[in-house]
Amino acid sequence: MKTRLMKGNEAVGEAAVSAGCRHYYGYPITPQNEIPEYLSYRMPEVGGVFIQSESEIAAINMVYGTSSTGARVMTSSSSPGISLKAEGISYLAGSELPAVIVNMMRGGPGLGGIQPAQGDYFQAVKGGGHGDYRVIVLAAASVQELYTFTLLAFDLADRYRNPVMLLGDGLLGQMMEEVEIPQDLGDDNPPGKPWAVTGCRGRGRNIINSLYLDPHKLEAHNRKLQEKYKGIMEREQRFQEHHTEDCELLLVAYGTAARVSRGAVDEARALGIKAGLFRPQTLWPFPNRGLKEAARRARALLVVEMSSGQMVEDVNLGVQCRLPVHFYGRMGGIVPSAGEVLEEIKRIEGGLA
Amino acid sequence: MEAFRVIVSGFGGQGVLLVGQILAYAGMFSGKHVAWIPSYGAEMRGGTANCSVIISEGEISSPLVEKADALLAFNGPSLEKFEPSLREGGLLLMNTSMVTGEPRRRDVRSFGIPANDLADRLGNSRVANIVMLGALAELEPVLSFESIMEAMRMVLPERHHHLLPLNQEALKAGAESIKEGVGV
Repeated sequence: MKTRLMKGNEAVGEAAVSAGCRHYYGYPITPQNEIPEYLSYRMPEVGGVFIQSESEIAAINMVYGTSSTGARVMTSSSSPGISLKAEGISYLAGSELPAVIVNMMRGGPGLGGIQPAQGDYFQAVKGGGHGDYRVIVLAAASVQELYTFTLLAFDLADRYRNPVMLLGDGLLGQMMEEVEIPQDLGDDNPPGKPWAVTGCRGRGRNIINSLYLDPHKLEAHNRKLQEKYKGIMEREQRFQEHHTEDCELLLVAYGTAARVSRGAVDEARALGIKAGLFRPQTLWPFPNRGLKEAARRARALLVVEMSSGQMVEDVNLGVQCRLPVHFYGRMGGIVPSAGEVLEEIKRIEGGLA
Repeated sequence: MEAFRVIVSGFGGQGVLLVGQILAYAGMFSGKHVAWIPSYGAEMRGGTANCSVIISEGEISSPLVEKADALLAFNGPSLEKFEPSLREGGLLLMNTSMVTGEPRRRDVRSFGIPANDLADRLGNSRVANIVMLGALAELEPVLSFESIMEAMRMVLPERHHHLLPLNQEALKAGAESIKEGVGV
């Protein structure tokens, strides 16, 4: 196993190359610019294609075209740029095209700011584009996970013929940490793509489309999609736990907020407070089963986010509203400190006693 | 020490982010967990730049430095901005070629290093950042000179490897300034 010191954004770029992605399209935006910067020289080295498109909308539609031919393809952006890609993501989902979309979130709404935030949870998890569709959402909490989740994102996209969003934030993108380059780069036998548009000599035509003017046909298509999403919900819930075995106060956080919360949990434990952390690694599907299990001894939950609390409703659903769910968050590009979160833990713990 | 937390701060162009990266590589080469976080935004030469580095035996939970074990202040504004972030008993290293003010904290261990002057004496003022790094390495045994040199070989592009001996001299000059108690 090789260890490298990498910036989060570079890790995404290199992992994409390792996953066999040879097509990247994107338009610059802070704080994810090192992804296109890295791939602008790395793609030519491996015979791949790098295009700095004229806009985010162009990039996502280039992704649509490339994916139609069966090739692995990625685009990346940050919050406002992802809003521009929303239409294309809906089309990808409707046409059942695999693609990897990276969002290194920054503060919003609107043009917002450039510092790390998690205000795009609803956009990523609940939709963003129109129609009854779902995108698999992976939330990394380290540079290591940005690497391994990029590999995973390509596999899941191909396995389910569905767009996958990799969610990070400005801090994870900019930060350098050591990364162990895994030997196992993912699926050994990725599914074939008999549906791809590759020239139809000797076979019938393949058509990639999301237009169904006959409502019965469109309903049938929707039913098929919903069946697929049910399977994903069944099989792809991912999470990590820290001190949940006996915890009375269960923190729930993802990404950078989870790193901070883990520090706060350790400090709380040192003070004799039975705190634990449940960290969703998939935001859709939300890891309901794991959360229910982790919360079995808890008397209260505390959700920590760099948003106004967009994940709180999913946590409430996960524990079926049986426990009080508290929230602590910062917005606008402020990353909460472990000390702040610890104060919140103490406050809630005081109320429980 | 379980974890060592450093803040490096100065003007853009002083090699502040680079010093942080060398620290991170040196930590990684010593088999430790590391996290390096840069300030980012609309920054430029002459503006402010800073980074934080954590070098840890165990897995790093929060990568943010809330209480620093050491501060490398390359200029006056950096001292003012980050002095309050030092923990009690922490190391305060000031580049006295640029910092004219006095530290306010009395509960930290302060050292003055005339980094630009020492670098000038070596014939290249741009290695002032490495002089500061040498001083830190002298004070903080978690960082061996060997691992720092290995890190510099990693960070410096190969076309600049002829500058490695100069950088080694700069490291030594920084360490010597501490041993001799220059400006303490």
